[in-house]
Amino acid sequence: MISANLPYFVFAVLFLIGLLGALLETNLIKIGIAIDVMESAANMFIIVLGYRNGGYIPVKFLMPEGVTNFVLPTPQALTLTAIVIALATSALMLSLIVMLYRHYGTLDVREIRRLRG
Amino acid sequence: MNLMNHLPALALAVPLLAAFATPLVAAISPKARNIWVTCVSALVSLIVFGILYRVLTMGTQIYVMGAPSWNISLPSGFAIPVRIILEVDAFNALVAFIASLSALAGAVYGLKFVRKFTGLEFYSALYFLLTAGTLGMIMTGDLFNFFVFLEISSVASFGLIAFWRDRPEAVEASYKYMLVSQLAAQLVLVALAFIYGRYGVLNMAAFSTVVQPDLISKVVLVFLLVALAMKCGSFPMHMWMPDAYAEAPASVTVLLVAMSQASLVVLCRFCFSIYGTAMGTAVIPWTLIVLGCASMFGGVSMAVVQHEVKRLMGYHSVSQVGYMLTAFGVGLLALGDKTAMDGFGLTAVAGGIYHMINYILYKGLLFLCAGALYMAAGSRDLDKMGGLARKMPVTSALFLIAAAAISGLPPFNGFVSKWMIYESVYAVHPILMVVALVSSVLTLASFVKVYQTAFLGPERPQFAETHEVPRAMIAGMCVLAVAILVLSLFPSWTVNTLVRPAAEALVNKASYGAAVMGGAL
Repeated sequence: MISANLPYFVFAVLFLIGLLGALLETNLIKIGIAIDVMESAANMFIIVLGYRNGGYIPVKFLMPEGVTNFVLPTPQALTLTAIVIALATSALMLSLIVMLYRHYGTLDVREIRRLRG
Repeated sequence: MNLMNHLPALALAVPLLAAFATPLVAAISPKARNIWVTCVSALVSLIVFGILYRVLTMGTQIYVMGAPSWNISLPSGFAIPVRIILEVDAFNALVAFIASLSALAGAVYGLKFVRKFTGLEFYSALYFLLTAGTLGMIMTGDLFNFFVFLEISSVASFGLIAFWRDRPEAVEASYKYMLVSQLAAQLVLVALAFIYGRYGVLNMAAFSTVVQPDLISKVVLVFLLVALAMKCGSFPMHMWMPDAYAEAPASVTVLLVAMSQASLVVLCRFCFSIYGTAMGTAVIPWTLIVLGCASMFGGVSMAVVQHEVKRLMGYHSVSQVGYMLTAFGVGLLALGDKTAMDGFGLTAVAGGIYHMINYILYKGLLFLCAGALYMAAGSRDLDKMGGLARKMPVTSALFLIAAAAISGLPPFNGFVSKWMIYESVYAVHPILMVVALVSSVLTLASFVKVYQTAFLGPERPQFAETHEVPRAMIAGMCVLAVAILVLSLFPSWTVNTLVRPAAEALVNKASYGAAVMGGAL
């Protein structure tokens, strides 16, 4: 039971690490890493859900002749899209961090609080 | 006629392609860029109006991307819903039309508002991307497609909020919004994974026909509720809202308001059309009501103490979102009970929808007026303004219309929608109506304060040279003001032809699923 569900436990632990990191960390770069960990965890979860025991990859020329039990490639398509989106947002987040550092001279979120009240 | 069938796809394709063409057009001349931006925005509004007209006359519109059918059938006869569909019914067509109007207003207003800055070709490109993302979130019928449009609109809005990147506050607001919105996006993605793992579908209509009130569905609903409540600026995670709305250029804030409502549209879609009675618990409706009341009162009590005009309006946005959440929560409570639905549920849902479109219009107009004040007075601090009504008569008149509408004064549309909300929430518990009324009074009080300090009073010597804002900005504000006046002057027409069908389409789970599935699967 444990071994079959191991990927789900890994997903849950990774996602919670990311969530706690994003909420509790005070360094901007570490917050960015935490968000990336969450993204990777979510992608891994989708990939694991797409696994079917004994199913073949749905690529015509890689399949042996006469195979009919191939998996639906939806999770893989979703994950590819999600990875591209995560890449774009991570790059944008890093560039915002660079701009914040130039303006405030610090990466500590406790000192970047000009918007209050 | 053939082209008319493709309107839902065109409404997304036109702004999306225009976004990437904008830098090329801007290379010709700034004037060409201005004409291009205006024409494309007007075209998008026209297309979405066409969709609304067709939905109201011919019923729900389904559009399948790239194929006549939304599923693939295997030789064994097993059909899998795979393709991206857009499902536009009376509810999301109405919200999409109002959102496209606010995009048009912001685009026209922005021609002059940001003209002194560099990078305008990319500003316009991101603006169109944000328009496409917002319309996509509202109109989509596919869950993963919703995630993609959510991210498109988020990424575009991060760039636009930090448009004045030499201001530390703007970058800070953008980063704050990015954290909230990335957390929300990951929660949405995990919720989609749960749905796919449990039911094997990502099509919203197909999901609505198979959803069961089991543990996984409740986990999904909790994830989505948290994520979308964060994105629409409900109480505990509202702090991004005043920051982002205040620091973004006013022409962008208009569209940010519409974007936050797009999240609320999808939240309603999930609660009413997809889960409906399969929710199997009263915890979700009461959560919405409690969050709504907290946002309503918390937002407005933070707003009355503000001195900066756009932050004040940002906190009012939190309060206005609270009205809608409360109304939709009350509507959810009545779901599945015919007498309760006829008694107060449908009125609550209609009030919520009506308030949503009113909110997009008058809040947009208020932010545009705040931008005009900032441009004229050179400051957003209310303490440094005064006597501007003599110098800016048009802006002051338009501000008065919007302020009267948001405070719910009788001839205006805000009054009608707030009345419907008061009337229906009273049936659940009188205390809800008391909270709503007190918030409304405080709203009026704070807008009287803004009008009195900024526009009335003696003329100040430092504003001797101030004059009315350019004509393009006035035109942008007038788009929204005319829409508010139309909704205000024909209240019964609006409620009967626009809002009631929208509310009925939203709460009718069977017809939402059947419009796509046709009773199959």
